[in-house]
Amino acid sequence: MKKTIRIPMPVRYLINFALLAVLLLTGNFLVNIVDRYYAKVLMLIGINIILAVSLNIATGYLGQLPLGHAGFMSVGAYTCSIFVIRASFLTNYIGEAATFWLGLLLAGIVSALFGVIIGIPALRLRGDYLAIITLGFGEIIRVILLNIDSLLGFEFTYGASGLKNIPKNTTFLNVFVLVALTCALVHTMMKSRHGRAVLSIRENEIAAEACGIKTTYYKTLAFSVSAFFAGIAGGLYAGYLGILNPNTFGFMKSIEILVMVVLGGMGSMLGSVISATVLTVLPEALRGFSDYRMVTYSLLLIIVMIFKPTGLMGAYDFSLSRLLEKGINVMGGKKPVKKGDGAK
Amino acid sequence: MNFPNHKGKMVPVPSTSIIPERDLGKIPVLEARHLGVDFGGLTAVDEFDITVGRTEIAGLIGPNGAGKTTVFNLLTKVYQPTRGTILLDTRDTAGMNTVQVSQAGIARTFQNIRLFKSLSVLDNVLIGLHNTMKYPLGSALLRLPSYWKQEKQAREKALELLSIFEMQDVADTPAGSLPYGAQRRLEIVRALGTSPKLLLLDEPAAGMNPSETYELMENILKIRDTFQIAIMLIEHDMNLVMGICEGIAVLNYGRIIAKGTAEEVRENPVVVEAYLGKKKEG
Ligand SMILES: Nc1ncnc2c1ncn2[C@@H]1O[C@H](COP(=O)(O)OP(=O)(O)OP(=O)(O)O)[C@@H](O)[C@H]1O
Ligand SMILES: [Mg+2]
Repeated sequence: MKKTIRIPMPVRYLINFALLAVLLLTGNFLVNIVDRYYAKVLMLIGINIILAVSLNIATGYLGQLPLGHAGFMSVGAYTCSIFVIRASFLTNYIGEAATFWLGLLLAGIVSALFGVIIGIPALRLRGDYLAIITLGFGEIIRVILLNIDSLLGFEFTYGASGLKNIPKNTTFLNVFVLVALTCALVHTMMKSRHGRAVLSIRENEIAAEACGIKTTYYKTLAFSVSAFFAGIAGGLYAGYLGILNPNTFGFMKSIEILVMVVLGGMGSMLGSVISATVLTVLPEALRGFSDYRMVTYSLLLIIVMIFKPTGLMGAYDFSLSRLLEKGINVMGGKKPVKKGDGAK
Repeated sequence: MNFPNHKGKMVPVPSTSIIPERDLGKIPVLEARHLGVDFGGLTAVDEFDITVGRTEIAGLIGPNGAGKTTVFNLLTKVYQPTRGTILLDTRDTAGMNTVQVSQAGIARTFQNIRLFKSLSVLDNVLIGLHNTMKYPLGSALLRLPSYWKQEKQAREKALELLSIFEMQDVADTPAGSLPYGAQRRLEIVRALGTSPKLLLLDEPAAGMNPSETYELMENILKIRDTFQIAIMLIEHDMNLVMGICEGIAVLNYGRIIAKGTAEEVRENPVVVEAYLGKKKEG
């Protein structure tokens, strides 16, 4: 056995932080020099990355098929917006930015609570009940948001006319920090006993239970973490658009996010990031040919599914440190450390 | 193939079973009484009685469809028994589910291998070690010292367990890409991760060649001796069963038709008949 070089943990973290800093600086630089339009696309990419990465927890890692991710997004969007509008007195004390951050946190928490409430009954059962229940949830939330005001005489969501004048607090910095946080937290969760428990359920539920893993608990955990980040993405989306309409968060929106995950490769965070980026940029780039937009979009999907049914990245996940290790070991004439990754 | 010096002298206990003499003073690890389950109209297991000694290697044999795997599924609560009681270390497991039974000390392997196929060999064992780690999700997210410490300990433990079968070098390969025999061994390692008192092996030698089976027998004995646990195994390979099992129960049509040592069972005409069919008289 040859000894291969492994980069020690603290250095790995330093490398990752360095990578983040470089990305942030480049991003910030870009946002300041490019057109406002491109800056908006950049933010939208970030929001979609959070949506795809969070849905990937429930589909790729847990192996379930939720069809109501947009529902959680809308819960987060409305929670955050209503909070920011109603809690305007707070801004006097802590400022607008901090209020928005609080609103985002609240959006995540409320959305995660919905995740728990839906997850417990749906996930206790083996099988595809979750698909049906989340499908129902997405529609019910939409209908509630449309009608709750006229029904109860509130002035909360403003129904179909839309919630307007939401402070446009979403900035590139907000989005970037949250994308980085989401990816980092999801990564650290998955590389822990909790994450392994989630994966074991996807792989074989009976064996997981025989190993002493409380499957209902971990399913609900994964599902509500997924909802948490969807809620945050919703909050960002609201602060980005400045106006909310319940119909934005319909079934098609859920499918759109699901497509990002499937195209990127179930269980691959890098895949979710790449395909969220591509599928945000592509429709924008194809605006000129609006007649062919959906055709191109569908063709792309069909082609990927024919030639790479596991998605672009399969289950592969990227690690800069691992890449460096490979480089170092190859240069030193040593065989790289073989890891259990790669397409299957 | 025989390991006679590893077998204890068997003595009868009041509950119609036999256990090794060395386990006599100790509380039996498992006592099943009148255990039974019906699937609709079909009685798959009935009146199943067994006592397993603290460090015994017990065998459960019988023709195909006799109900052996079903007994394991009852003991681990994959199926809830229709009748009877299971005492694990004197603790009644009535009302417990699979997870609770696992935490109470029964681990198992599966006849149809159930590995976490696309995860690495190491991760499979680490999942077995799940409950030996206690750090909360927050520690994992923030990578607090408790995370590093417990993960490091678990990793070392996992590699140590893998070394029983000299599998530490394949720790990073996906479990599903291992050869068949290695997958069966990995299931045993993963089960050991839960620190069981009783290890249930469902056809551990299935698909293995004679030399692999011989090694497996040595390893089963080694596991029993190092961990001082009881092992109950289902197996069609009679060399293995007769070679290492101390008390053997024979199941046919869901009922125990004979119990005894290897020698007693082998000579028992009822058992021979169950396996080979009734001899024509005259
Ligand atoms: N969930 C179930 N529902 C209905 N019948 C079942 C179920 N599980 C097992 N059985 C039946 O119970 C009987 C015993 O099956 P079991 O799998 O326990 O046999 P076995 O002794 O393990 O056989 P083999 O040696 O082939 O593994 C069979 O007739 C089987 O069809
Ligand atoms: Mg069987």
